[in-house]
Amino acid sequence: MTPLDAKRPLQLNDQGQLRHFLSLDGLPRELLTEILDTADSFLEVGARAVKKVPLLRGKTVCNVFFENSTRTRTTFELAAQRLSADVISLNVSTSSTSKGETLFDTLRNLEAMAADMFVVRHGESGAAHFIAEQVCPQVAVINGGDGRHAHPTQGMLDMLTIRRHKGGFENLSVAIVGDILHSRVARSNMLALRALGCPDIRVIAPKTLLPVGVEQYGVTVHTDLAQGLKDVDVVIMLRLQRERMAGGLLPSEGEFYRLFGLTTQRLALAKPDAIVMHPGPINRGVEIESAVADGAHSVILNQVTYGIAVRMAVLSMAMSGQAAQRQIEQENAQ
Amino acid sequence: MTLPNPAELIRQMAGRLTQHLAQRHIQAPRFIGIRTGGVWVTEALLAELGRHEGFGTLDVSFYRDDFSQNGLHPQVRPSALPFEVEGQHLVLVDDVLMSGRTIRAALNELFDYGRPASVTLVCLLDLNAAELPIRPDVVGATLSLAPDERVKLLGPSPLLLERQALATSL
Repeated sequence: MTPLDAKRPLQLNDQGQLRHFLSLDGLPRELLTEILDTADSFLEVGARAVKKVPLLRGKTVCNVFFENSTRTRTTFELAAQRLSADVISLNVSTSSTSKGETLFDTLRNLEAMAADMFVVRHGESGAAHFIAEQVCPQVAVINGGDGRHAHPTQGMLDMLTIRRHKGGFENLSVAIVGDILHSRVARSNMLALRALGCPDIRVIAPKTLLPVGVEQYGVTVHTDLAQGLKDVDVVIMLRLQRERMAGGLLPSEGEFYRLFGLTTQRLALAKPDAIVMHPGPINRGVEIESAVADGAHSVILNQVTYGIAVRMAVLSMAMSGQAAQRQIEQENAQ
Repeated sequence: MTLPNPAELIRQMAGRLTQHLAQRHIQAPRFIGIRTGGVWVTEALLAELGRHEGFGTLDVSFYRDDFSQNGLHPQVRPSALPFEVEGQHLVLVDDVLMSGRTIRAALNELFDYGRPASVTLVCLLDLNAAELPIRPDVVGATLSLAPDERVKLLGPSPLLLERQALATSL
């Protein structure tokens, strides 16, 4: 991972505007708020008969997915289409070729297609960052999830969900529950919540699913679900990522559900108006009970709707930041 | 040259608008203000007309034609139209009409909501600098500025027109 300070200039242009969106690490609160405000406006567009604005007409957005995804890919596609951009989606299979070769080969192809923006998902942490450094500087790179590192648009759509349902972050208690170890969503959420001023962030997981040093994100750690859920306003459940688990981190899914599954009974420990979130796909009966996933507290499907608006905001802001940077550089050259 | 007083202009505009709508047999049109100055003018105009009704607000940031040069306006807000546009007579209100590009963007946005029966354009000031074939139906005052001058409406209460010198661009 790259240190904090090195990441900042790469993501922002000379005026401090977004030009790539790789990680929430080091982004100021004002910028995160601007993303949420812009997304609010796009949410209104999504409620119209014609859900499309001409902002990115003539631009080409290229979705490059080295890792499977349905929700993230389709919502990025919809976001780009609702901005009137042309969209190509490439599903690059992760074959036996080493990471470096595969990425370089793909980059050459994409550069030849004159894309204005790449949305990248990759199984390796740091892949989007690597691409943003390697491709021509005029192409905006959006991280659609890289390994265990970051999923910044998911982080921001979770923040939009919280802000729309709870009004703000100042007096909230938020619990993130489950497979913290493998979750890039958890990392992005912890960074965003902290930057936006949430005073009480809790992570709840068995010790084997907690990354070493997670406290440095400014969170309190609980290994007991009942204790951690007490009086929280927001519960963010995570999917148990069995496909990323190398060894015996868990005795069984059944035992995990008994100890860390969110049931109606356990949800009663949170505040009466608490909301339940989940990045999807949900595993019913593994981390969450069906009655909770489909219940009155659940905002899981709202998250999907908000996800399109947040991605529209990030795509247009990054494209805008790239355009501004080009102007700055032109003026400097003259 | 001193700038006119907006309150006085709005009084005159109310009369002209009533006349304009009557000539065209338009009854009960719905009002839409373009953010932010146009929203203030709409409020004042409706008060002058003695109408206490909800009106729409448009933020045309997503429809502007200068995105590639200037990027996205950082303080974009949601548009809100509390009525159906389809088949509706509309009164579109802006503060200062200059190139006409904002009105072009606003019309494009309106048509994404539906097909209005008619759109009447009302502007507080027309600066005589149209770059597109767009003219107001009702205007408070028309004036011509020097190339490096701009006029800005301050508000919402009281409304005040302010002359500004354009910063020399690099």
